Amino acid sequence: MRDAIAAHVHDGDTVAIEGFTHCISFAAGHEIIRQKRRNLTLARMTPDLVYDQMVAAGCAKKLIFSWLGNPGVGSLHAIRRRTEPAALAAGETLLEVEEYSHHGMVGRYVAGAHRLPFYPLRSYSESDLPNVNPLIRQVESPYGDGKIWAVPPLNPDVAIIHAQRADEEGNVQMWGLLGCQKEAAFAAKRVIAVVEEIVSTSVVRADPNRTIIPGLIVDAVVHEPYGAHPSYAQGGYDRDNAFYREWDAISRDAAATDAWLKEWVYDLPDRAAYVAKFGAAYFKNLTPTSAPSGAVDYGDYR
Amino acid sequence: MSEQKPASRNELMVVAAARALKGKRVCFVGVGLPNIAVNLAKRTVAPQMELVYEAGVFGASPARLPLSIGDPTIVTGSTATVSMHDLFGLYLQGGRIDVGFLGGAQIDKYGNLNTTVIGDYTAPKTRLPGSGGACEIAINAKEIMVIMRQSTRSFVQKLDFRTSPGHLGGAAASATLRQEQGWGGNGPSVVVTDLAVYGFNSDGEMELRSIHPGATLDEVKASIGWELRVPTNVPETPAPTAEELRLIREELDPTGAYV
Repeated sequence: MRDAIAAHVHDGDTVAIEGFTHCISFAAGHEIIRQKRRNLTLARMTPDLVYDQMVAAGCAKKLIFSWLGNPGVGSLHAIRRRTEPAALAAGETLLEVEEYSHHGMVGRYVAGAHRLPFYPLRSYSESDLPNVNPLIRQVESPYGDGKIWAVPPLNPDVAIIHAQRADEEGNVQMWGLLGCQKEAAFAAKRVIAVVEEIVSTSVVRADPNRTIIPGLIVDAVVHEPYGAHPSYAQGGYDRDNAFYREWDAISRDAAATDAWLKEWVYDLPDRAAYVAKFGAAYFKNLTPTSAPSGAVDYGDYR
Repeated sequence: MSEQKPASRNELMVVAAARALKGKRVCFVGVGLPNIAVNLAKRTVAPQMELVYEAGVFGASPARLPLSIGDPTIVTGSTATVSMHDLFGLYLQGGRIDVGFLGGAQIDKYGNLNTTVIGDYTAPKTRLPGSGGACEIAINAKEIMVIMRQSTRSFVQKLDFRTSPGHLGGAAASATLRQEQGWGGNGPSVVVTDLAVYGFNSDGEMELRSIHPGATLDEVKASIGWELRVPTNVPETPAPTAEELRLIREELDPTGAYV
């Protein structure tokens, strides 16, 4: 992870650590904090705790998003302190924000991935969002049936995608909530794939429908067990809802937030140390019982 | 069976919202109270209902109450788990959703909703989460149900920001615009609060339909920021049954986290 972030994430980059609730690479977010990247534009549908932590650590100058909250809990307090003038600390500046709806954010990655100038959608009529985001515009249908809203392509400098497994060539397989991992990865100039498990290529090829992105577009593959915690990996470990609730209390206080970052990010060398600090028993409690899929038969056609 | 405690106002809200889903087929679920209402409806008045979660699940059968919209329990045992591009494009914008649940920090009398900011957008007093999927649910789901607690802070004369359109400035203009622009949905139909149930009249304006047991008309009027339309006879919302309360307390929210 250290090498992947050092090589592919630079000051001033537009970074998309995607994963909708599921498979969010907190391990990458923490490594970016440790390497003290600055002036990043952070794109994510739901900034989640990972961007709250990165904003608190001073990595970001701008957020691009569609839903800014702690899912199921409440607010992202570190981000609120940088978006509400009354809450702004002395010497801090307001974050730039550029916001869309979920369909609009997905559409931006799709347009970026497809090399198209915009993505058309029916959202935004009679909403105030286009009034505050001039990049949401209307275009006339060339087929004479009125106007449609459009969002511009988003091509991040780097997309960081967590998933259950990949082979060493970076062919990534994922199951459960797919979010917009595939679209963000195809839209990005560089891709870091972080996975729970490295498997042999024969495992990937035995179930090709499960592959979300090919190694062709992947620049670095990082093996990082529990790398999504406190997010989760379907079938591997549960979402750590207790931590999402704890973060609410921690993040309300700037000093407590800094102390947490020191203890759990800066003072640890890597993800393995973070996992060890929680301890095996902690993760055992987050492990679900098994619910395997039935195998399908692709057939042998030689 | 031991004697049940009387229903709380949150329970009255959840039960009324669940009953409004009677006979509905495909419902787009939100987190928190809508989640409980929809899961209660599926166990009572709408067993055939398909639960759709914006995270990318059609036909969810959650074995526990999901804290977040993207909990792993909505995936296991679902009919289909898809990308968010498919969910918002094929399922929502494609017109497959009958009912969408929305809430917000502010609602006005036409059912327009604010989930973005309190105060000025560029220098907000309170920065709220924003649209998420709300603005496209408002446009594309055939019908919108709103569930939120009412107060003069939340039921306001004028929104600070219109995130999701309802009946805009009135039903006639709204219907014309929806038609002209090819919106899939007809806008809000029901608003359920901790005090009452509302519908929308032919002008597209919120109208009182029933008052929950224990609440009064004065209380309802005092917690709304505009002159509420009140028909001559307003019935009481039918009280929750023992079974509905049992489902909420023992199966859907046993720790009392939401209700």
